[in-house]
Amino acid sequence: MSTAAAAAPSRPNPLAAFYASTIGKKWIVALTGLGLIGFVIGHLLGNLQIFLPPDYINTYAKKLKDLGPLLWIIRFGLLGIFVLHVVNTIQLRQRSAAARPEAYAVERKKAASKASLTMIISGLILLAFIVFHLLHFTLTVIPTKDIHVLDPLGRHDVYRMVVGGFQNPLVSIFYLISMGLLCMHISHGFQSVFQTIGLRTRRLSGPLNLLSNGLGWFLFLGNAAIVLAILFGLVK
Amino acid sequence: MNLTLKVWRQKDAKSPGKFETYEARNISTHASFLEMLDVVNEDLISKGIEPIHFESDCREGICGTCSMVIDGLPHGGQPGTTVCQLHMRYFQEGQVVTIEPWRAKPFPVVRDLIVDRSSFDRIIQAGGYISVRTGGTPDANALPVPKQNADLAMDAAQCIGCGACVAACRNASGMLFMSAKMGHLSYLPQGQAERSRRALAMVRQHDSEGFGNCTNQYECEAACPKEISVAYIARMNRDYALASAKEMAGVE
Amino acid sequence: MATTTAPAPTTQRPGTNGANGTLDGKCPGGPIESHWDHYKAEIKLINPANKRKYQVIVVGSGLAGGSAAATLSELGYQVKCFCYQDSPRRAHSIAAQGGINAAKNYQNDGDSVYRLFYDTIKGGDFRAREANVWRLAEVSRNIIDQCVAQGVPFAREYGGLLANRSFGGAQVSRTFYARGQTGQQLLLGAYQALSAQIRAGGVKMFPHTEMLDLIVVDGHAKGIVVRDLWTGEISTHMANTVVLATGGYGNVFYLSTNARGCNVTATYRAHKRGAFFANPCYTQIHPTCIPVSGDYQSKLTLMSESLRNDGRVWAPKKQGDKRPPQQIPEDERDYYLERKYPSYGNLAPRDISSRAAKEACDDGRGIGESGLGVYLDFGDAIKRLGEPVIRERYGNLFDMYEKITGENAYQQPMRIFPAVHYTMGGLWVDYNLMSNLPGLHVIGEANFSDHGANRLGASALMQGLADGYFILPYTIGVYLSSEAGKKLPPADHPTIGTVRKEVEDRIKRLTSIKGKRTPSSFHREIGLMMWDKCGMARNRDGLQAALKRFPELREEFYQNLNVTGEGGGANAALEIAGRVEDYLEFGELMCFDALHREESCGGHFREEYQTEDGEAARDDENFAYVAAWEYKGTGQNPYLHKEMLEFKKAHLAVRNYK
Repeated sequence: MSTAAAAAPSRPNPLAAFYASTIGKKWIVALTGLGLIGFVIGHLLGNLQIFLPPDYINTYAKKLKDLGPLLWIIRFGLLGIFVLHVVNTIQLRQRSAAARPEAYAVERKKAASKASLTMIISGLILLAFIVFHLLHFTLTVIPTKDIHVLDPLGRHDVYRMVVGGFQNPLVSIFYLISMGLLCMHISHGFQSVFQTIGLRTRRLSGPLNLLSNGLGWFLFLGNAAIVLAILFGLVK
Repeated sequence: MNLTLKVWRQKDAKSPGKFETYEARNISTHASFLEMLDVVNEDLISKGIEPIHFESDCREGICGTCSMVIDGLPHGGQPGTTVCQLHMRYFQEGQVVTIEPWRAKPFPVVRDLIVDRSSFDRIIQAGGYISVRTGGTPDANALPVPKQNADLAMDAAQCIGCGACVAACRNASGMLFMSAKMGHLSYLPQGQAERSRRALAMVRQHDSEGFGNCTNQYECEAACPKEISVAYIARMNRDYALASAKEMAGVE
Repeated sequence: MATTTAPAPTTQRPGTNGANGTLDGKCPGGPIESHWDHYKAEIKLINPANKRKYQVIVVGSGLAGGSAAATLSELGYQVKCFCYQDSPRRAHSIAAQGGINAAKNYQNDGDSVYRLFYDTIKGGDFRAREANVWRLAEVSRNIIDQCVAQGVPFAREYGGLLANRSFGGAQVSRTFYARGQTGQQLLLGAYQALSAQIRAGGVKMFPHTEMLDLIVVDGHAKGIVVRDLWTGEISTHMANTVVLATGGYGNVFYLSTNARGCNVTATYRAHKRGAFFANPCYTQIHPTCIPVSGDYQSKLTLMSESLRNDGRVWAPKKQGDKRPPQQIPEDERDYYLERKYPSYGNLAPRDISSRAAKEACDDGRGIGESGLGVYLDFGDAIKRLGEPVIRERYGNLFDMYEKITGENAYQQPMRIFPAVHYTMGGLWVDYNLMSNLPGLHVIGEANFSDHGANRLGASALMQGLADGYFILPYTIGVYLSSEAGKKLPPADHPTIGTVRKEVEDRIKRLTSIKGKRTPSSFHREIGLMMWDKCGMARNRDGLQAALKRFPELREEFYQNLNVTGEGGGANAALEIAGRVEDYLEFGELMCFDALHREESCGGHFREEYQTEDGEAARDDENFAYVAAWEYKGTGQNPYLHKEMLEFKKAHLAVRNYK
């Protein structure tokens, strides 16, 4: 039967059509989000070496640096993922705002979690945080104690830099708040990935929510532990 | 019981709207919310004021015509209930009740609480069907369908197309509606032939109507008078990506 | 068959097509089993290229209208489809709960086309046309095939094959169902087929548009006048033929299980333009509805007849027994259906079950505050099968009951009472589903054809889809081929302008009275009177009193009606007023027909004509005919045309469910 085909417009480029569609963009946000979650977990596991003698984290940092061109590929890859995540999210948000031009006089919610309702805000603050974080510890352009010292083996003493960085209470509080937001962002984001890529079923929704919240808390507690331990002088 | 109603009044799509306040007097707690509005309207007409325009038809929760947001929740927020089935026993004496139309760009206001939901029809027209001509079909029992699949298809097929999912969604997304139809047809063997084509066509139509995107907050599921699960949205996301991938790779 | 005098003259009138002053259903001759096959083979075909040249108007988008519009478009006709709802998916067919009959015999319990035919004829109290009913039973099987292919998710057994349930008036299990939402699923099937055709360009859909008049040019129905309910715009549409699929007139009773918007306007306006209205007094009162709770009530909610598969109907034995049902011991309960009709028990046909409930209540044994109700008890079924099984079968109905009444029917019996549900009467049509007015086809509940004086459960869906998918698409060709080569009347044809002007004037008249009474208050008054005088039981005095009241009510209506606002834009008060205006005349016609039919049959129970044990006393000698009324002016007696009913296959018998 010649039904939809008759009325359909000329065929769009499949990739472009996917990229332009709501669900396509969501897929991109979900997959990039998953990549970023992977990075954040790895990042934390690496940084937890701060609780070991300084040699560990300094060796780890040196190894990363020594990756050379590969490090740059990873960095650009991460940047690409990050940009895709942010750009598509903002585009979707604009689209959604246009779809609801007039707000309700009375707003009430039944199911939406706080985390899900604040994804854009938490995301934008995290964006600001990441810029700061890069300036702070990667580009090291923010004046910080012990930022450029070398360890006994002549390597960049990352251990001293981190300890020095978090001895500033203002910086530490900003980090803590940001980690709280990261926790919220991921507690919604992680289970959301499964919904978006079509793996969340009725039966899996409960376990996925638990896992998602657990992951959020793990990242918060892990990162906060570093900051707090330094701030309170447990790690010196 | 007596209530105070703050109702959105809007002459037509072009005119600006505003809230008007009306009193509902001597309402029986056995009455439905719409019957309460009927009583208010009778009173308004006798005073020479034009009645509050709202849509309703079957008044038993199946036609999907009635549509209004009551105190911030579509259909009033009782689980699995359309506003025509919402009874006044859920309200308190003297309560102030705010009544608004569905708010979404693809659902423009026609008058007062009536909105134009033809965008939903166009999503179905884009591919929400199995293309069979009348006659010439095989015997109904020729193709067995596992009961479990038939039940899952039926769970989705119960959608009444009221639009509460869109009204509840902060993004005004039509995905629960759209995924319910795709889910219904994709659980049946008869629906397989056009599964990919359907997914692509319906999503593209949805997007071109100006609906927003899903941010997985599940307000739609909570607002759905037929309690349709967001699991169908997940299934649709998967179907759409697979269909797109097939299309990109040129798999026919 | 001899006929005796009726209150109206029986004379040959223009438009009467048979010999000897009677109407001819134009049924094909020969053995009934092969009627339809032979007929289909002989119908003049229109070649595909020519079909594109024909325009068809379909009014209504329910099971009949939606399926017809889709199928006609598939065949190549240019279709315009109109519905008053904001989407064709919302037509009231959607509310049918229980199921659809089909003579598939999947249960191997002895079902056959003949049995479905016979059950329908007998259920209709021998007041339906045999040839139509046989054809209906025959195509019932195709409907199920069609719907399954469309993706209708019918209930299935674990083996993957289709499940069936039993329904009233049958001893076989032939009802297909989709939980308690069969009508919804079938309608969505038709709606989806229609949507595909809209997309393909074969159907132009006009939602939120109400038909207000029929345009008849040179004796042929060629167009309609409609009003857009959102913009108020009046427009005219012309076509080679007009199909009315506008449902029944149950809302003449104000309270019914029909949707709020259901109305008689399309068919009644067609009647005023010359189409005969057949058997308007045949109305079906459904036995299992939720009782009325107050005067604010806007509609009655039906609890599917399928509940009677497992529920037992009873009333207390003692008069005025106001104890809660759990406290009434078993031996003080009267399971009256099981007592009176042991072989069918709780599955006795609708008219009989309804009257039995009325009897119990008239006897002072009704339950609930008003005393207008009986119990439908699932206690035994829950004990036997367990609550999960009952939940699986009827969960959504129990939920619906709880929403409305606040009572849990798993713990206490449901309270039920009969309510107006369906109307068997409708515009008269011949075997081709065409009315006496050439070019006007009428399908589904809007016609009178298949259910006689009472419809069996799960047969309305069957008839709507049979007409729309499988019958009209063939028979419409009979008229259209006879019109081959004739052009549509030109757009400036004077009749078009005249009819349009009449519609506009009527709207102006209604909006300019500005009296004191709301349109709904008139509707309620008509409804109460109809329920009282022309409801479950009727008698001469009551009917005459109603006939006397109608002209008075009309006079008050035109003096004291208050319609706020004007004709432009959406105007709810005007919509109601227009429909009520037609009920004010149509109700009179119903009473007139009920008065003339001096017998009891099916849904028409005249108190003067009953057997000693209170059953309907049919008078086959004098009333075995279809009463088709011709409009002769408002307030004038209509003319009676008779179509004699002959029973060659199903022999006339007293209807016995004992």
